[in-house]
Amino acid sequence: MEQIPILKVGRCLLVSIQIDMHDKLALALQDDLTQRLVETRARGVLIDISALDLVDSFIGRMLSNIAAMARVLDAQTVVVGMRPQVAITLVELGLTLTGIQTALDVDRGLALINRLIDAEGDDGAGGAH
Amino acid sequence: MAVSTISRILDLVDKHQAKLLTSWVESQVASGTLRSGQIKEDELKEQSQRFLREFTSGFASGHSDDIMGQSWSGVRELLSEFSRSRALQGFTPSETATFIFSLKEPLFALLREESKGNAQRLGEEVWITTKLIDKLGLFTAEIYQQSRDEIIKRQAHELLELSTPVVELWNKILALPLIGTLDSERTQTVMENLLNHIVKSGAEIAIIDITGVPTVDTLVAQHLIKTVSAARLMGADCIISGIRPQIAQTIVHLGLQLDVVSKATMADAFALALKRTGQMVTRASAKPA
Repeated sequence: MEQIPILKVGRCLLVSIQIDMHDKLALALQDDLTQRLVETRARGVLIDISALDLVDSFIGRMLSNIAAMARVLDAQTVVVGMRPQVAITLVELGLTLTGIQTALDVDRGLALINRLIDAEGDDGAGGAH
Repeated sequence: MAVSTISRILDLVDKHQAKLLTSWVESQVASGTLRSGQIKEDELKEQSQRFLREFTSGFASGHSDDIMGQSWSGVRELLSEFSRSRALQGFTPSETATFIFSLKEPLFALLREESKGNAQRLGEEVWITTKLIDKLGLFTAEIYQQSRDEIIKRQAHELLELSTPVVELWNKILALPLIGTLDSERTQTVMENLLNHIVKSGAEIAIIDITGVPTVDTLVAQHLIKTVSAARLMGADCIISGIRPQIAQTIVHLGLQLDVVSKATMADAFALALKRTGQMVTRASAKPA
């Protein structure tokens, strides 16, 4: 069965989605990710969707769910690499992915997530974002 | 009979070409073609002369009914050229059509003079020529209209291009000065332009300046919000600048939630953008204390 790899990079987990998502795969990803978050005690999740040229409401909701789950496990989620056409489609669909941080590419995403984690460490308060 | 009438007219036109030309140009001048100053009398005379030459050769073929035929192609080309250049120079449709229609007066005068009181002959000749000239006049108007349409189409295209520039202000900072009303089609162009530039330049902040947007209603606000959201999905933050006092009032009265940082001027927005991206602009030399 297909599986989406989850890589640990520093304090973060990197998830690169490169194939079409369907219900089962999404559920498996949520399972795997929460499992790994607990195991590795990672503080951030980086989801790379640069390979997707189609993001529908289903994937949008899945991303929101993952972000919410990670939030419960004290980790920040950043979605990176969205294509311009995908962004336009999502906005036209009325899905603005509120509550999810975004960055242009993996580099910037890592920088952003480190900044967020550091900021949290400073004031010790979660859920500000 | 028609053929003999045509050849008679042709003979007349040939014989009195110089006189016809002078009085034609005179009647064009009298009708005000030169008034706007877009065309010189010499040029007009030269155009008229070329037209008369082609007109005679077209007439000589004997097919005075069918101006779309092979024998009139020279006349058609010439007329297309003239109407096109007149459309570009900004002549009105009547001014353009007057070029052809003003030929009637001197031509009919000539026919009358030569008919020597033969009313039936005169009637025939006038009918044939008037029919022909009317057709040519309509053809001119058509070409004029076509040229205007082309100009309008081109201008609309240029306007769309012109009105949506994305400027790279600084490292990681883009500016998007919006000029004119935002409709859905323009929003689409603006959005695509902005997002592509964000990818290309790796910008983190985009300043959307709406100084040039005349009114902000609910629809425009929605378009703005869409653009901001799309940029946010790509990982870039937006700042809206150039909100005029009246527009600020309108936004509040309409109860719109822009949900994005806004600044009064582009300068303020730029200062904020520099701060957010951790950059600074300083004087080259320290000010004397």
